[in-house]
Amino acid sequence: MSTTHDSTTMLDAAVLRADFPILDQRVYDDRRLVYLDNAASTQRPRQVIRAITDCHEKTYANVHRSIHWLSEQSTDGYELARERVRAFLGAQEINEIIFTAGTTASINTVARSWGDANVKAGDEIVLSVMDHHSNLVPWQQLAERTGAVLRHIPITDDGLLMIDELDRLLGERTKLVAVTSVSNVLGTINPIQEIAAKAHAAGALILVDAAQSVPHLPTDVQALDVDFLAFSAHKMLGPSGVGVLYGRRELLDAMPPLLGGGNMINEVMLDRFTPAELPAKFEAGTPPIVGAIAMTATIDYLENVGLAAIHVHEQRLARYAHEVLADISGLRILGPAPEQKAGIVTFMLEDIHAHDVAEMVNRECGVAVRAGHHCTMPLHERLGITASTRASFYLYNTMEDVDRLAEGLHITKKELSRRGRKRRS
Amino acid sequence: MVSEQDEIYQERILDHYEDPYHRGGCADPTHRHQEKNPLCGDVIQIELQLDDEGRIRDIYFDGEGCRISQAAASILAEYIDGKTVEEIKEFSPHDMLDLFGPKLSVLRQKCCLLSWKVLKSAVHSPINGEESM
Repeated sequence: MSTTHDSTTMLDAAVLRADFPILDQRVYDDRRLVYLDNAASTQRPRQVIRAITDCHEKTYANVHRSIHWLSEQSTDGYELARERVRAFLGAQEINEIIFTAGTTASINTVARSWGDANVKAGDEIVLSVMDHHSNLVPWQQLAERTGAVLRHIPITDDGLLMIDELDRLLGERTKLVAVTSVSNVLGTINPIQEIAAKAHAAGALILVDAAQSVPHLPTDVQALDVDFLAFSAHKMLGPSGVGVLYGRRELLDAMPPLLGGGNMINEVMLDRFTPAELPAKFEAGTPPIVGAIAMTATIDYLENVGLAAIHVHEQRLARYAHEVLADISGLRILGPAPEQKAGIVTFMLEDIHAHDVAEMVNRECGVAVRAGHHCTMPLHERLGITASTRASFYLYNTMEDVDRLAEGLHITKKELSRRGRKRRS
Repeated sequence: MVSEQDEIYQERILDHYEDPYHRGGCADPTHRHQEKNPLCGDVIQIELQLDDEGRIRDIYFDGEGCRISQAAASILAEYIDGKTVEEIKEFSPHDMLDLFGPKLSVLRQKCCLLSWKVLKSAVHSPINGEESM
């Protein structure tokens, strides 16, 4: 990437790291904490922690309910956050932003509300082999309820979607393409704009699981021309328990409410109700108030650093990781070349189970990585493996972090490789 | 630093991992059970040959997974061989963690206890389909 050396897009990870109190601690016998589990969840900078604390200490009350000063403050903060998210995503209208409990809740909202109202037996939904369980299971449940048919875009051996196959999968019965924008295992950046165009040409809608892209790459829902897009705050320096469903206005308007309860109604009689307008229609009950309000500080922080700069930085880390891990014999990196992916490096170490790898690099070098199937059992099945180890980067990771990972892997190999040990009885 | 005791435990675990006790299948099994740990994909199968008195005449395990799950199965098989179904019933998860040795995090305890769970079910899983105990 030529932009790598463009000073306007460089970020100083060591400086940013100082904003994250949790990273300023030592683990296991005074080892520097190296956090490389960002695809699972990220850490929070002081600025976001302060926004959360301020909310609790100064402005907290329920939203959209009571006529008193605190409730007005809280409601203002909540709606300000909605507007901040709208601008961040490039959405046309504020009512297209629904606060949910997270990506999973967002996808399930579409699968249940839109799915039950629009999908009939024999209709087809196109997913991909690389999708997270949260973008597979809700559609499997919809298929169970409706008799819809699920089809899957295959991947190449190096982890790229076979886009040509999509043309074959799309047809008159296709109602929806639901696909991840960035694989949480392979790191592959999928061509969402192209997939959206193909889906629309076939008369289908497109939903994007953007949990791994919104925090790391610039997102513009109108430029991408997507119908639904889901992501979580906790993967972008915000709190857990809050996420967003973006949906095009006319689609959300036509969809029935999913959860029934307070806030989502216009009028309630003893035997019936009329639903509220957007976005309240999909926000039944007391929402994740503090978490949503903190999204303003989260987006402020990310935009201050710059999403493009974050992406460039993470690709540099991934490229460096590919280089140094190539020196470790028996190590195989899954997925495409660094240029084609986000800052996610998942690998297998010959003869050593992923959990043992994760435990050793953590204990020996303070490096936190994820091991297992990463909620992508079908992808692991496709790759012919049961578990892998994943390092995933964010804006506070440095080249030194990658060095610690490599050092940990060398130690792991030395300690755990088979060497003809004999059991003593 | 790791303690000397931990060091000894770690060596024992790696010894069992590389040179397991009775990995494979019984020549003449009467009972068999297999389970998977969905979190990490560890799989353990245990085969038993029980005699009429409910004593283990033979025990073999097989499976794949991390060194904790596989070494624990080997250590358990070695310990339990020759014992009775009654003794297996008495054998608690706490006993299993003690037998294994080093202190484990809650997540790794699941790896260690997988073979214990499989053993507990295996004594109630006769291969001929009849509950013999």
